[in-house]
Formats: sequence, C-alpha cells, structure tokens
Amino acid sequence: MSGAATAPAAGAAEAPATAPAPAGGPAGPFAGTGTMVRFALRRDRVRLPVWLGLLTLTTAASVGSFQSTYPEPADRATVAETFRSPAGLAMSGPERYLDGGYSLGAMTAHQLLGFFTLAVGLMAVLTVVRHSRVEEESGRAELVRSGVLGRHAQLAAALLVAGGACLLLGALLAGTLASMGVEGVTAGGAALYGAASATLGLAFTGAAGVAAQVTPFSRGATGLGCAVLGAAYALRAVGDVGPSAFSWLSPIGWAQRAYPFLDDRWWPLLLHLGLAAAATVAAFWLSTRRDLGAGLRPARPGRPGAVAWLAMPFGLAFRLGRGLTLGFAAGALLFGVMLGSVLSDAEQMLEEVEEMAAQLVGASTTDIFISVCLTILAGAGLAAVVAALTRARAEETGGRAEPLLATALSRTAWIGGQLAFALGGATLVLLAAGLGLGAAGAASVGDAALLPEVALASLAYAPAVWFTGGVTLALYGWFPRATAAAWAIPGYAMGVVFLGEVVNLPRALRELSPLTHVPSVPAEGFEAVPLLVLTFLATGLSWLGVLGLRRRDLGLP
Amino acid sequence: MKSSSNAIEIADLVKTFGPTRALDGLDLTVRAGEVHGFLGPNGAGKSTTIRVLLGLLRADSGTVRLLGGDPWGEAVALHRRLAYVPGDVELWPNLTGGEAIDLLARLRGGLDPKRRARLLERFELDPSKKGRTYSKGNRQKVALVAALASRAELLLLDEPTAGLDPLMEAVFQELIGEAKENGQTVLLSSHIMAQVEKLCDRVSIVRQGSVVQSGSLDELRHLTRTSVEATTGRPASGLEELPGVHDVRVTPAEGTGPDATRVTFSVDGPHLERAVSRLAGFGVRSLLSHPPTLEELMLRHYGDRHHGDRHHGDSRHDDSPHGDPHGDLRGGENGDHRDDASRAAGR
Repeated sequence: MSGAATAPAAGAAEAPATAPAPAGGPAGPFAGTGTMVRFALRRDRVRLPVWLGLLTLTTAASVGSFQSTYPEPADRATVAETFRSPAGLAMSGPERYLDGGYSLGAMTAHQLLGFFTLAVGLMAVLTVVRHSRVEEESGRAELVRSGVLGRHAQLAAALLVAGGACLLLGALLAGTLASMGVEGVTAGGAALYGAASATLGLAFTGAAGVAAQVTPFSRGATGLGCAVLGAAYALRAVGDVGPSAFSWLSPIGWAQRAYPFLDDRWWPLLLHLGLAAAATVAAFWLSTRRDLGAGLRPARPGRPGAVAWLAMPFGLAFRLGRGLTLGFAAGALLFGVMLGSVLSDAEQMLEEVEEMAAQLVGASTTDIFISVCLTILAGAGLAAVVAALTRARAEETGGRAEPLLATALSRTAWIGGQLAFALGGATLVLLAAGLGLGAAGAASVGDAALLPEVALASLAYAPAVWFTGGVTLALYGWFPRATAAAWAIPGYAMGVVFLGEVVNLPRALRELSPLTHVPSVPAEGFEAVPLLVLTFLATGLSWLGVLGLRRRDLGLP
Repeated sequence: MKSSSNAIEIADLVKTFGPTRALDGLDLTVRAGEVHGFLGPNGAGKSTTIRVLLGLLRADSGTVRLLGGDPWGEAVALHRRLAYVPGDVELWPNLTGGEAIDLLARLRGGLDPKRRARLLERFELDPSKKGRTYSKGNRQKVALVAALASRAELLLLDEPTAGLDPLMEAVFQELIGEAKENGQTVLLSSHIMAQVEKLCDRVSIVRQGSVVQSGSLDELRHLTRTSVEATTGRPASGLEELPGVHDVRVTPAEGTGPDATRVTFSVDGPHLERAVSRLAGFGVRSLLSHPPTLEELMLRHYGDRHHGDRHHGDSRHDDSPHGDPHGDLRGGENGDHRDDASRAAGR
C-alpha cells in the first residue's frame, strides 16, 4: 500500500477527462494496485482477522495444553515414543523432532507445524482466488478493470493481500509463542516457527495465483489450490514415514525440516521464497496468455443438445458436480496410494522398535497405521460432501435454481438429486481412498488380502460423511445464509484427528466430531451401533433440511 | 367462478422482506388468452409478483390464483402448464446453451424438437457454446427458446428482451404474436413501451408494490388527458370554461386569414367530445390531437421526481395534478363507470 502505488488511481479520479495519464504517476500494468489492495482489505475486514485470530489462538491454546499436560520431561519422553510409529509420524512430522528430549518447543513444532501450515495454505488459496478468479467469473472484474487499473493490478492486489496476511500471521505466531514464556519455546525458535508459517503461506499464495489463471472457474481454482495443498501434505507424510526425499518435495516438509526450537535452521525457508517468487512470476506471465474471464485453454463448443439423463435431478447434480467430486476422489486415491506405498517401511520401522510395539494395545501396528491413514483420508470425504451440498446455495443465490424451480421440478426433487449425488459421491471418495491405500499397501507388503480389507474399512466412515451431509442440508434448509458454516465440520474433525489426543482435548469436545464415533477399523473391532446412529441422524437431518427448504422463500439474486 | 377465464388472479397481495414492503396490497388479473403488460419502475415489485406466482416466494397475505390453482401448494403441477423467462438469465457455466434449453424444457415436460430448431434459427443462437461464453442477450435467447419451445398455456416473461438487439426484439414480438394466436396467455413485464403498445391487450401499472392502473391501452389513454391543437377561422373563446379542459392557449395563426387563430389545450378523456363540439363553432380549419403515449401514462405514475420535468413536443403542460384517473381505474375489473366513458369516446 505504498503511496506511489496509490497515487495513480487517486490522481486519475481527480484528473479532468483531458488528462487520462496523470503526470508523475505510473500508468503501467500495476497502476491502481494500491486502491485494489485497500478495496480487498475492506472486503475482508472480518474474514482475515478471523482467520488470523483463530490460527493464532488455537496455536497458543495447543501450546498451553502441551505445557499443562506434559509438564515433566518424562511425560514428554513417553508421548514422544508413542509418536515414534508410522501412524504417529504420518500425523505429525519428521522423527528428528523426537530425538533430544522432545522439549515443549520441539513438541510444538512437531505436532502443530504440519497441521497449521495446512490451514495457512488454505487461507492463502481461498484469499487469492476470492480476489482474482471469483471477481472475473462474476463479471465484476470487467467493471473494475474498465477504470484506471493496470492489467496486473487485480492479481497483484490479491497476492499482496494474501501474502500480507501470511506475513502478519507469521509475526503474530512468533510474537505469541515467544511471549508465552513456555520452557523450551525459545524466542529464536518462535521467530523461525512464525517465519516458516509465513513463507509457506507465501509459497501457496503464489501457487494459488497460478491456479487462478489455469481454470475459468473459481471452484476449479480453489480445488486446484487445495489439491496442491493436499499433495504437499501427503508427500510430507510419506517422507516422514518412508524415504525422506518425499518430504523435500513438499513445502510443508520444508517448513517442518527447518526444525524450529531444535536446530533452528533458516535456509529451508529459502525454498518457500524461491517457490513463491517463481509461482508469482508464472502467475503474472500466464495471466498475459489469456483473456479476461477465460482459462488458459479457449472454451470449446459442446453438445448442442442435452443427453436424456440431464433432466433427471440426480443426472443434473451429477453433471454439475462430477468434476469436483472426481477431483476429490482422485486426490483421495493418490493420497491413499502414497500412504499405502510406505506400509512396508512402516512394518520395518516397527520391527526396530519391537518392544514399543509389544506395549501397544493388542492390535497389529500396521493396522493402527492403516486406521490412522483412513481417518485422515476421511477428511476428504467430509470435505467432498460439504462442497457438493454447498453448491445448492450457490445455485440458488446465483440465479440458476430459479428457472429450474419454475419448471415441473419440485424443490424436493431438486435438492434430493443433489443430496443423493453428494452422499454417493463422497462415499466414492472414501472408497477411492481405501482402494488407493489398500492397493498400494498390499503391493508394498506383498499381501493381496489387504486390498479388500482396507477398501471395506474405508466405508466405515461413510455414515460420518452422511451425517455431515445431513448437517449441511439442515443448515441450508433453515439457515441458508449460514450454509458455509458446514465447512466447520471437516475443519473441526481434522483438528480433533490431528491434535485432539495430544492436546488432551476433553472427551465431550472430541465427540463433537463425527469421525470420533467411527470405530477405528481395522485396528479396533467393528461396531455397528454408532454407525447406525450416525446414519439415523443423517436421515433425520436431511429430512429436516428438505422440510426447511420446502417452506422458505428462495434466496434469489 | 372467474377462474376459468382468468389465468392469474391476485388480490391484496402483501410480501415483505424484513422491513421492506415489496408488495403492498397488489391486485392483478390476467385473462386467459390475453397478452398482459406489467409495467412499473425498477423495484416496484414486478419480479417479486412473478416469483410469488411461481411459488418461489411465499405470499405473506392476500390471495393468489394461478391457472386456477395455488402457486405455492401446487407449484409443480402448475409449472407444467407455464414457462418462465427471468430478467437476468444465469446459465450453468459448464453446460452448453443447447443443454440448458433441453434441461429446462424437459423438466417442464418436454419440447417439440422441430420448434426448438426453428426457434434457434430465428434467434440465430448457437446452442453448442458453453454458458459462460454467452453474452447477456444470448443468455436471454436461451431462456426464451426454452420457454417458447414448449407450448405452455401461460408465459411469464420478466423483462425478457432486456439484452436483445432490435432485430431480435422484432423476432420476439412476432413470436409473442404467434403465441397469442395459439391461445397462450402472456404476462409480459417490460420497460419497452413500444413493445407493450404493440403486443399487449391490457396493461397494469405497478408502483411501490401495488397496481395503480389497470385496463386496456385505450381505456388508459381515454382516462388521461389528450392534447389538442387546432386552427380556427374565428378566434376561439370560452374553452377554458368547459369542464376538464386545461392549459388553453390562443395565439394568432400566421398567414391563414385575418381572424385565424391557433389554439392548443389539453382535455380529460371524458370531456373530449364537448370540447371538440365547442371548437367546431369557430370554423375548424385543421385539427391535431395526440392521445397520450404509454410513456406519458407511465411517467404519470413514476414518482414525483418525474412530474414537472416533462417537455414533449405536443405542448402539453400537465404539471397540475388533475385528471388523475386512480379512482376510476383502481380494481380495474368492475369497470362500470369506465364503460360510460368508453361509450362517450366511441361516439
């Protein structure tokens, strides 16, 4: 928001029509960036502070909980050993953190960095896409760019705002952690921890900038950004359990391998900065290769008429949602394959710590690893069902539901088609994850029986996914403006999966996550009752949602 | 019951959005087989009315009958018999126009493929383009083709040609003419006066959530002042004494004779006859009368800011608030006293 950047726009607004290029102000491709930045900050005056506040506070709360739960070095040594397993490492970070006493600082970086950088990346992706591709898709960009605005100003503003938010978050994290006075959480380490979060955010800001150029759809751009984020997480999980080279392919891995509070090495952050710079340059370059509102490829003509099934509610929901759901399924399959492929490494590692394994609860340690992987992968199923159902709200407010519901299509059939597709599609995402994990795991350890077993086990999470769909639909039916709040379910559920145990979250709070109620097959025995209850609740909530939709006014543009 | 002959019957309809009273006791009757113009300024409640008729919004109070049924409770069954074109057509970015047409038409209960092809040709629309690549006018065409390709009893058209070029506007007018010949009923919300004047049998003017005038164009015109411009052989006098005559101006007419006089005045519809008879006594050499255009009728109801700044070529100056026909035309269906007026005009 430098004065130089804002000068051209402000000058142009006051300048008479005869002087289109104000003297002294640059009229280049970045003209007006400052104005756009201020505009974006104004639009995000609630959103960004909530993101920053939430991430900072939950980080601080987690560290506080570590301090109270594991006050003695002996407590921490115990918990360190429980994480010295493939499942533990896949969920947290590299094993290196466990050596050297597992101070509260090391614990913080090990347990929190991976999960929270995922959230930072998500914030960056959503913010960039919101201020770039969403604006183009809605047509608002056309109006804005007709003003005195350089070709790159909008993208530059989106990147500056997202990048700025990441830097501010880094400063907040560093300051908060350093000021907590927790033993082992050093000021230098806190600075590195904050910096690593910030530079990782910058890297994903750049990546999101590229994603926003590739596809003409904002949902596609967000999906692409999230896919990169998921891949980064999967690579680091694989690298931390198996060959560490994989971790070095992942920006999240780079952040973790800065080893704040342990080695305090800053150079891995240069990788983030390099990626951020390269991606930013690529994004600007790509934006010059396309027209406003278009993707990189020109739109091709399609079918001049509709296939017969398009006019069926399920068919329509399938046609509109298949891209997103297939994306989730492909991502889950890939993530599953990656985790499954290190199963033999996991087995090997477990032999090395045989005594440890013996202490574990009866179950085979590979089974525990598989269960943990399935729980993480279930997050993709939860996200898929929420994404598919929140589309209904977008269709409604976007004016596309109006002509449909002015035909003989009833509201029940319209939403029913979408519900069926959302639940079915998300179940398919779970199955894809199970198949990927099972197939790669079976190949890795040479046990073909693992494939059907893991694939079947993945379906145990289906009722939790359906329940999430039910909550989303109930929100949509009764509190349509709050439909997006359903995203809190996958967010919260993943928070509980990754941190619930280690921050000693009260049982009641853990049980708010639908995933908590799913039996950890194959590690533990199958239990039908919680799944039946979840299915029952899912049915009731869905019914309630349809009832709400049937009785309310449609939200029309 | 009237329901057999009326496609739409709305009485005392109220719809509020929070503190905003979007519809405030709206009455509207559309007879079966007519093309009914639905006029009003932006935000007057036209779209809200149509959305209530579609069962997309629920009426707070009042009665609404659509094709003899309840638009909220029997939405699906009624929707089979109607077709709707929204004012802002939003298409699915990744469906082609052709797919959208088929989707909407099939969901309504099928379409005639020959008619679809003919409409695509007449509107010069390429159905293989993706939704996001269409211009506003072309999106509008997609919705029009989908609506007109079905032979629905009732067409609800909410400013359907806002993005069309004049050629396509002409095509649209032809098609509405055909629809009328086929016995389809049309409710046409519009801002294009020429379109309404050409197409509509009757119009209703809505303002701030209620209908302020309803009737045929002739009826509406008749109840508004006509401006008259005449040249007479002898100086015209005494016109201003007549009831319903306003703004009389008498000036010497140049080059037509020593006593020739040019006289202009405006007169309320029911009093036109008497004024013209009085004029005849002065030896009329030329006579020009302008019935009010629909635009003038509209401006009359378009809020106070429009009053007083109207300057049309026909030298009418109706800044003074008389001749207001609200009272005569409210609740337009039982037009007993209006019939008197019509007879007077007809002679």
